[in-house]
Amino acid sequence: MIKAEGLNLVFQTNDGPVHALKDVDLGIDKGEFVSFIGPSGCGKTTLLRCIAALEEPTGGSLTVNGMSPDEARRNRAYGYVFQAAGLYPWRTIAGNIKLPLEIMGFLRSEQEKRVNNVLQLVDLEGFGKKYPWQLSGGMQQRASIARALAFDADLLLMDEPFGALDEIVRDHLNEQLLQLWARTDKTIAFVTHSIPEAVYLSTKIVVMSPRPGRITDIIDSPLPKERPLDIRDTPEFLAVAHRVREGLRAGHAYDD
Amino acid sequence: MRSAVPILTVVAVILGLWYLAVGPMNFRLALDAATRGGEAVTPATPDEQSETGLIRLMLDNPDVLPAAYAFERPRLPQPQDVVVEIYDNTVGLARGCEWQGWGAESDNWTGLSDGCLRVIENRRSLIYHAWKTLAPTLVGFAIGTGLGILLAVGIVYNRTMDLSVMPWAIASQTIPILAIAPMIIVVMNAMGIQGLLPKSLISSYLSFFPVVVGMVKGLRSPGSMDLDLLRTYSASRPQEFWKLRLPSSLPYLFASLKIGIAAALVGTIVAELPTGARFGLGARLLSGSYYGQTVQIWAALIMAAVCAAGLVWLIGAIEKRTLTRLGLVR
Repeated sequence: MIKAEGLNLVFQTNDGPVHALKDVDLGIDKGEFVSFIGPSGCGKTTLLRCIAALEEPTGGSLTVNGMSPDEARRNRAYGYVFQAAGLYPWRTIAGNIKLPLEIMGFLRSEQEKRVNNVLQLVDLEGFGKKYPWQLSGGMQQRASIARALAFDADLLLMDEPFGALDEIVRDHLNEQLLQLWARTDKTIAFVTHSIPEAVYLSTKIVVMSPRPGRITDIIDSPLPKERPLDIRDTPEFLAVAHRVREGLRAGHAYDD
Repeated sequence: MRSAVPILTVVAVILGLWYLAVGPMNFRLALDAATRGGEAVTPATPDEQSETGLIRLMLDNPDVLPAAYAFERPRLPQPQDVVVEIYDNTVGLARGCEWQGWGAESDNWTGLSDGCLRVIENRRSLIYHAWKTLAPTLVGFAIGTGLGILLAVGIVYNRTMDLSVMPWAIASQTIPILAIAPMIIVVMNAMGIQGLLPKSLISSYLSFFPVVVGMVKGLRSPGSMDLDLLRTYSASRPQEFWKLRLPSSLPYLFASLKIGIAAALVGTIVAELPTGARFGLGARLLSGSYYGQTVQIWAALIMAAVCAAGLVWLIGAIEKRTLTRLGLVR
């Protein structure tokens, strides 16, 4: 579904060129849940933004659904979830979810139907008429996921969506996200800096390192698709977590 | 009602300071009158008096102080004189105002007697003059706001305008409005345009600027994440404007409108001053100063202040309603 070969991205800054991504090779298949993990500056968010055509790679090739990222975006290939919910305060929750639908020109009746569908998917039925400030942080982030799901993109790009939430809420949302993924058959690319989160969620974990931003390890998770929260105490889980940590260490991510 | 206490406190303090100032401000006039009236004052001659400090004079002639408060054409009138002047020239004009009922018996179609209309039609009426100032203010404010929003949109969306318009907008505000007002009146008069529109243009000249500044800031207020979100939907620029930038800018716009409408009122009054206008609060200020009628000046000033407060309050009410409906205030 996503294919990157020899992908490079160099930012020109006042302090000289910064190699944000260096020779990234990666394939993501349909239905996978892929996490990108690494310290800040390793290019995980940049890679996600390249897939979303929010950044332009300076070298190599990148295709999304066999198209260029730009074409894929115009074909509504993905929904993007940012670190903050980013709901418009002057729109209700339902109004916020309608935003992409209005822009993409869905019929009004169709909009209503879709809003109800996705509100149900993220367990926010009955909250459509509320304003964002009336919801907790976790609920707001769920609403923003609903907004990304509303127009039926097969791919969900998530950039540290739960990074700003406390751990208890985050555990709960992780569990719900897995259920959502199982129900909807989406492909999910998920940026995080939490090892347990990455291991708990993913079928594939991409470990990255900074200076230059690159992939140091790709781990196919041996964990079953069915994952209760207490799977995090099993030896299999800890083994994968250990390998992720090793990968981060190999990339000198723990230096300085 | 909670807000009434601090407001009344400030009003009381201002009135107190005003009363205190009346004596010293009118003292020399009162002393002059007393000297000419043959009363015993120290020092005795006007020449000596003018060389003596005010405090010295007041200490030496405490008997004159009551006269300073009872002066007929004072340099600084007392607050109640101004209140009486305002009353006489507003509701006080309405003598013989009564409801005569609908039909042939009444003086005119409204059913109110002609006495009532004096309040708004009389040349002495402050309400008449206030309306002559308010109408061009509102038109000028509308022109200024429209122009300000258009310029702001241009500045935000067009790089050339971004670089070129703002310096000129700032420069425009450094030119004294008093210098420009007569020229606008003369030029427009030559073009056969008189009355409300020239005043409105001068008023819009002052009111467009805060709108430009606030609106540019407001239209640029969405963060990069908000803009990226719309890019992921491949939103067009008009969609970006209507769905994100415009709603984000509304709180900034309303703050600017409050400044703008007060500036528009000032602009209209200033436009009335150098042009010999016969109607309007500015005309009242001007004729008051010609004839040394300080009470008339103060009455017009307070009327102008009341108008400005009313206009700002009106914008505030619209702001509250709009932002509540948009869910931007809780």
